[in-house]
Amino acid sequence: MQKFLFINPEKCSGCRICETVCSLHHEKVCNPTYARIQVIKWESSGLYIPMVCQQCEDPICETVCPMGAVFKDENTGAILIDYDLCVGCKLCVTHCPFGGVVIGKDGKIKKCDLCDGDPLCVKNCEPKALQYIEGTTINFHKRKAAAQRFSELMQKLLAAT
Amino acid sequence: MVWNRKIAHINLTSGKVQTKKISKSLRKQFLGGRGLNMYYLYQYIKPGIDPLGPENALFIGTGILTGIPALGAGRCDIAAKSPLTGAVGDSNIGGFFAPELRFAGFDHLMVTGKAEKPSYIWIHDGEVTIQDATHLWGKDTFETQDQIRSDHNDEQIKSLVIGKAGENLVRYANVRTGMKNAAGRTGMGCVMGSKNLKAIATRGTLDVEFAYPDKLLDYCSEMNNQITGSRWASAQSKWGTLIIYSNTNTTGLIRTRNFQLNLLEDGENLEPEVMDEYTIGMSGCYGCSVHCRHRYVLKDGPYAPLFGEGPEYTSLGAFGTMVGCKKMETVLVGNHLVNKYGIDTLEVGGIIAWVMELNEKGLLSEKLTDGLNLEWGNEEAVFELIKRISKREGDLGNILADGFLPAIAKIGKESEYYAMQIKGMSNLHSDERPTPSLALGIATSTRGAEHLRSRPAIDLYGLPEELLEEIYGAPMSSDYTSYEGKSRMVWWQELLYAVTDSIGICKFQTVFCAVHAPKFEEFSKLIEYTSALKISKPELMEIGERIITTERMFNNREGFSRKDDKLPERFFKEPTTLGLPIIKGKKIEKGRFNTMIDEYYSLHGWDNNGVPSEETLKRLGLENKYSMNS
Repeated sequence: MQKFLFINPEKCSGCRICETVCSLHHEKVCNPTYARIQVIKWESSGLYIPMVCQQCEDPICETVCPMGAVFKDENTGAILIDYDLCVGCKLCVTHCPFGGVVIGKDGKIKKCDLCDGDPLCVKNCEPKALQYIEGTTINFHKRKAAAQRFSELMQKLLAAT
Repeated sequence: MVWNRKIAHINLTSGKVQTKKISKSLRKQFLGGRGLNMYYLYQYIKPGIDPLGPENALFIGTGILTGIPALGAGRCDIAAKSPLTGAVGDSNIGGFFAPELRFAGFDHLMVTGKAEKPSYIWIHDGEVTIQDATHLWGKDTFETQDQIRSDHNDEQIKSLVIGKAGENLVRYANVRTGMKNAAGRTGMGCVMGSKNLKAIATRGTLDVEFAYPDKLLDYCSEMNNQITGSRWASAQSKWGTLIIYSNTNTTGLIRTRNFQLNLLEDGENLEPEVMDEYTIGMSGCYGCSVHCRHRYVLKDGPYAPLFGEGPEYTSLGAFGTMVGCKKMETVLVGNHLVNKYGIDTLEVGGIIAWVMELNEKGLLSEKLTDGLNLEWGNEEAVFELIKRISKREGDLGNILADGFLPAIAKIGKESEYYAMQIKGMSNLHSDERPTPSLALGIATSTRGAEHLRSRPAIDLYGLPEELLEEIYGAPMSSDYTSYEGKSRMVWWQELLYAVTDSIGICKFQTVFCAVHAPKFEEFSKLIEYTSALKISKPELMEIGERIITTERMFNNREGFSRKDDKLPERFFKEPTTLGLPIIKGKKIEKGRFNTMIDEYYSLHGWDNNGVPSEETLKRLGLENKYSMNS
């Protein structure tokens, strides 16, 4: 079963470890500017939302790529770039609605490759705001969280009667 | 490479900026952060200067590990001669400023002189400029950060700022960043205010190069697992430092009503679980997997709607137990106000608790109360005093804004006995009478009464003596009310924290609260993986000694000595009245306390008066520096 990088902003603590491990692993330097993941923050209201390539089912980056350089890794589900074909036109950067494709320091485009199936951002995310799990499991977690709220409500109602 | 980075010398009087490299030999002696700051402080600040004069200098330092994805490696150290104590001024701040400064190309800043008009320093990718801050003057710490971001049209700017308290030269004004992070102690915000320096803002997109990125990455994961695997960290992750209250208010290690009782009766509303009602989630500093700050929302009441971060255990004491308030909402509002005005939560709470006791004892004239009802638990008086002190409004606000020692001189000699301060700085709301190790730490700290300088918090766990000997390197009692071996415990922790503050990680992720948390051995590996410098455990401990001895030399030069390493008299005269059987009825025994000080000095290689000996200076390579400027 295909796994997905699942983001739960409610759990994000805003520590930016994901950004740093991404840059250290891919660029071999510490520099979040060139990380493929970024925590977007609304500091004064306490909202933190990690943003990264969504590995779309029907990727816009693939659609707009004039060279056919965008392809899917069937093992990990990651949308990858074939650098032998890529001409660096950056149409993918322009069109991705999530800001999922970034321009590296060398001018080449970079994007999340799910670290070949073992994403380091996930591995180092203590609050589990980032998870790499099977799609069906995501649903179970979401249903369980909703059911939890529902059960609390029911218990309140029962206590009131 | 990490050891070969830059310091910017910024002269606010002349407007000149010079960039210099930090040498490898200095790195090997002082690492970075607090260590290097202490070196600069001793070298550049002439003895006897006015801390609020242009000749005082402000040092900002990142750590050698700043930026790694572990151990809260986002910490920044800020130093100057303290306008509160006249001794070493030094305060450490978390958040996201330090890594951003590194990404902008600098590890250290030295700010000298005084700007003609309100200014701020702008550091962007290797460039340092001094900018006009007239439009920022008068703004609170939140507004200031927002305005700078909006002026540069960049939401990712990180700033160190001052609020009203810093502008008004309140002697314990702090330096703030983000919603809650503060370099709280010793009045570093007051020094910024005295220089007309409203903020230091930075944004960087440059690389920080680490020696062995892959090894570092693996080891950071290991460190994070080591930390989050402890029970302590999981409690912190949920309740933050407020969890300490559950312990101290059960055992009797907390001071309430200034220093009258050591437990807060009917204090259930301050239990950490109460925060569940207000919390929308937790928040972490850069590189932290513990995330100990609450993000809280206050929906009702006169201060609502309000979003804030924190509060720390410190604020729970400042606006809770010490002033006799028993509601979490009081703490949340107080925390918000001090963050907004940029004033040290601990100092302001300590000084308000003091005047409340003076009021109770009839030692404060009615005229001086300025129409405030200073009865215990009056939250409105607490909020009003935070405001008046920050703005220096009214006689009382203005007197208290100068700190304990000038306030004692103005209010009267009898008031001194009730002031829970050391070297002019307020103590935390912890009660150290039953715990000699903790008492020794606050008495000998180089920056005044202070728990973050050497506190061996794990002494309270009653650990097996074999384990204590393994950690501290000599036998000692596992009984926290004992004096046996505790001087060594304090000495060891002091070295550990000096190094911690110099590599730029969070103290809470060391042997502060958890025994198996990282210490010298782990630091040694991290330093190697980041900088390729091989510094062994004994060498790191020696660096710790060098830093503390340099601080001691600075203080000696300013006239401090053994006479200042003391406790408030109440510690010796009034036994605790509440708490567990082992804690009740305890006070510090003067004779045994003095012996501990002797032992502590001897471990550091200082003489009986707390002055480093010639041999010690030689051993630490400080002999030439000792005569400089003096």
